[in-house]
Amino acid sequence: MTTTAPALTNATLQAADPILEIKNLSVDYGFGDDPTHVLQDVSLTLNRGEVLGLAGESGCGKSTLAYGATRLLPPPGVIRGGEVIFTGRDGVKTDILTLNDKDLRTARWRDFAIVFQGAMNSLNPVHRVGTQLIDAIKAHGKTATKQEARDRAAYVLEMVGINADRLKAYPHQLSGGMRQRVMIAMALVLEPELLIMDEPTTALDVVMQRQILEEITDLRDRLGFSVIFITHDVSLLVEVADRIAIMYAGEIVEAADAKDAYLRPRHPYTRGLLNSFPPLRGPRRELQGIPGSPPDMAKLPSGCRFADRCPFVMDRCRTEDPALSRTALKMSEPERLVACHLHDGKASEVPAELAIQAPQK
Amino acid sequence: MRFFIRRGIFYIVTAWAAVTLNFFLPRMMPGDPVSSLIIKSGGQISPDAINSLKVLFGLDNGQSLWEQYTSYWNQLFHGDLGLSFAFFPTPVSSVIQQSLPWTVGLVGIATILSVILGTTVGTLIGWRRGTKADAVLPVATFFSAVPYFWFGLIAILLFAVTWDFFPASKGYQPGLIPAWNWEFISSVLWHGILPALTIVVSSISGWILGMRNMMVTVSSEDYVTVAQAKGLKERRVMVSYAARNAVLPQISSFALALGFIVGGTLVMEMVFSYPGIGFVLYQAVTASDYPLMQGCFLVITLAILVANMMADVVYAFLDPRTRQEG
Ligand SMILES: Nc1ncnc2c1ncn2[C@@H]1O[C@H](COP(=O)(O)OP(=O)(O)O)[C@@H](O)[C@H]1O
Ligand code: SF4
Ligand SMILES: [Mg+2]
Repeated sequence: MTTTAPALTNATLQAADPILEIKNLSVDYGFGDDPTHVLQDVSLTLNRGEVLGLAGESGCGKSTLAYGATRLLPPPGVIRGGEVIFTGRDGVKTDILTLNDKDLRTARWRDFAIVFQGAMNSLNPVHRVGTQLIDAIKAHGKTATKQEARDRAAYVLEMVGINADRLKAYPHQLSGGMRQRVMIAMALVLEPELLIMDEPTTALDVVMQRQILEEITDLRDRLGFSVIFITHDVSLLVEVADRIAIMYAGEIVEAADAKDAYLRPRHPYTRGLLNSFPPLRGPRRELQGIPGSPPDMAKLPSGCRFADRCPFVMDRCRTEDPALSRTALKMSEPERLVACHLHDGKASEVPAELAIQAPQK
Repeated sequence: MRFFIRRGIFYIVTAWAAVTLNFFLPRMMPGDPVSSLIIKSGGQISPDAINSLKVLFGLDNGQSLWEQYTSYWNQLFHGDLGLSFAFFPTPVSSVIQQSLPWTVGLVGIATILSVILGTTVGTLIGWRRGTKADAVLPVATFFSAVPYFWFGLIAILLFAVTWDFFPASKGYQPGLIPAWNWEFISSVLWHGILPALTIVVSSISGWILGMRNMMVTVSSEDYVTVAQAKGLKERRVMVSYAARNAVLPQISSFALALGFIVGGTLVMEMVFSYPGIGFVLYQAVTASDYPLMQGCFLVITLAILVANMMADVVYAFLDPRTRQEG
C-alpha cells in the first residue's frame, strides 16, 4: 500500500485477510412510507484474528450495525441494502444477507456467535443453564450423544471460570457477572470464528468489567477467534481492541489502530468521546464530555452530522457531507480513515490536538 | 418445597373459611325461614324434613352455636349435607353426586379443549404477528364480547330448531337408563356436543387473545433473539423459548377465570336443561331448597379452590422462579 494513494471512496481499507466485510449496509426502522434511515451505506471490515472495537454514544447505531449484519434486527428494522461477506477458515465466501433460511441457521453460532447487549435477559428464566447451552450444541449436531453435549457444555462453563455443577442452575440463581460469563461460554460453545459482543460489560461493576475483559482477551489468545467488541465506553477498547471504529449518528466517522486512535484522535468526535471517559489505566484526565446530544435519526441535518456539537465547525460542514477517507496530514497513516472536512486537505489548518504527531520509530 | 407448604396452608385456611361461611350464612337469614317454608309447602312436609331444616338454620333448640358448628363439621366429614327439600327425601349429597359428574365431564372437557386450542392458535398468530394471521383478531375480539347465553340460544335456534342436527336440551335421551353401554354413551356424547361447542366458541377467543398478546411481548425478549441467533429451528424457538414463557400468564388467567367458568356453566346448564350441578342449583333456588343450595355452594367453592390449587402447582412446575421466591 502506498501512502500517496488518493482518498478512498470505498470507505474500507484493503484488508489482508478479512473475515467479515460489511459493505454499504443500509438499515431502516419502520415499514411505512417514512422509515428512519438509521444506517446508510455503512462499510466496515474485520480482519481474521483481530479485535475490532466499535464505539460511540448510545443510539448511534452500533447495535443496529451488528444485528443488521447478522440478520437479527428486531421489527420494525429492515435491511435496505448492502452485503455482508463472511469468509470462512476454508476461504469460502458467503453473503450473510442472501443466505437462505436453512443455511443461515447452520451458519449462525457455528460461524458467528453473539453476546447481546441485554446479557442480563439473554438467558431464558424458565430453562436451566445447561439446557440452554446444550440446545446450541444439539441444533448444530456437532456432538452425537447427550453425554458429549453435556461434557462440552461443562467444559466451556469451566473455561469461563464457572463450576460445571452450575449447569443445573436456573438463571435467577446466578449473579449478573455469572450470567454474563454463561453467555460468553454459550457463544464459544461451538468455537465460532467470529464473536460479536454488544456492550458485554455495560451492566457490570468496574471490577467485574475488568475480569471479564481479561477473560475475553485470554480466550481470544487461546482460541483465536475474531471479535467485534461494541461499547459506548471508548476507554475500554484501548484495553481489548486492536483496531477501533467510531460511530456517530449511524456513520463510521473514524477507523484506526486502537493505540493511534486513543493517543492521536483525528476526528473531533473521537477526541470528545475520549475526553468523556476516565481511562481504565494511566493518569486521570480531566473529563469534559461532549456538549449537546446526538441528532434525531429521523431528522438528520445536511452536511456533517456532528456539526451542531463540533468545536471546529466550518461553513462547509453545514452543507457538504464529509466522506470517510485518508487524512491529508503529512505523516503517513495508512491504517486510518476519518470523515471530517478538517482532514481533506482543503481546510486552512488542522487544530493541533487533532494532528498530534506519532513519535518517530 | 417451602413454596408448596405455604400455598398448602393458604388453601387449607381458605377452605376452612369457605366452609365456615357456608355454615353461618343460613343462620343469618332474617325471620323464620323454616316456618315460611312449611307454610309454603301447604303442610306436605315430613317431620324428618322439618328437622333437617331446623338443623340447617340453627333453630335446633338446645344446642349452642359451637355445638352446632362442630356437629356441622362432623357431618361434613361423613358426607352428610342434610336432606334435599326439592327431591325429598334424597340426601343432598346424593343429588350432588349425581349431577356433579355431568358438569365436570362436559365443562371440564370443553374448557380444557378451549384452553388448548386457544393457546395453540394464539401461539401461532402471535408468532406470525403482522401477517395475514392477524385477521383472526377482530373476529376473536367480537366473539369474546358476546355474552354466553346469546351463544347458547342462537346455537339452539340454529342447530337444534332451524336445522335439527342436535338435541336442544337434556344430557341424554329421556327414557334411557344410565348404564355403561353404547346406546347410553352415544346419547350422552350426542347431547353434549352442542353445549360443549358453545362453551368452546364463547371462551376460546379469550385464550387466543391472551396468548397472542403474550407471544408478541415475549417475542421481543432478548432470550428469544438469542435462541434465533443460536440457529435453533424456528419451531423450537417458538415453542420452547417464546410460547413456553408466554403460557405462564395464561395459567394465572385460568385461575382468575374459574369464577367466570362456573358462572358460564350455570347459564349453560339452564339454557340446555343439562343435568349438571348448575341446573340442580337452579332448581334448588326455584324451590327454596336451602339445604341443596348450601350443598351446591359448598361444592362449587371447593371445586374452585381445587382448580386454583392445580393451576398453582402447574405454574410452580413451569416457572422455576416461583418455586424459589414464592
Ligand atoms: N426498534 C426500533 N425502532 C425504531 N428506531 C429504533 C429501534 N431500535 C433502534 N432505533 C433507532 O436506531 C438508532 C440506533 O440504535 P442502536 O443501534 O440501538 O444504537 P446503539 O446500539 O449505538 O446504542 C437509535 O437512534 C434509535 O432511535
Ligand atoms: S466535518 Fe466539520 S463539523 Fe464535522 S467534524 Fe469535521 S470539522 Fe466538525
Ligand atoms: Mg446498543
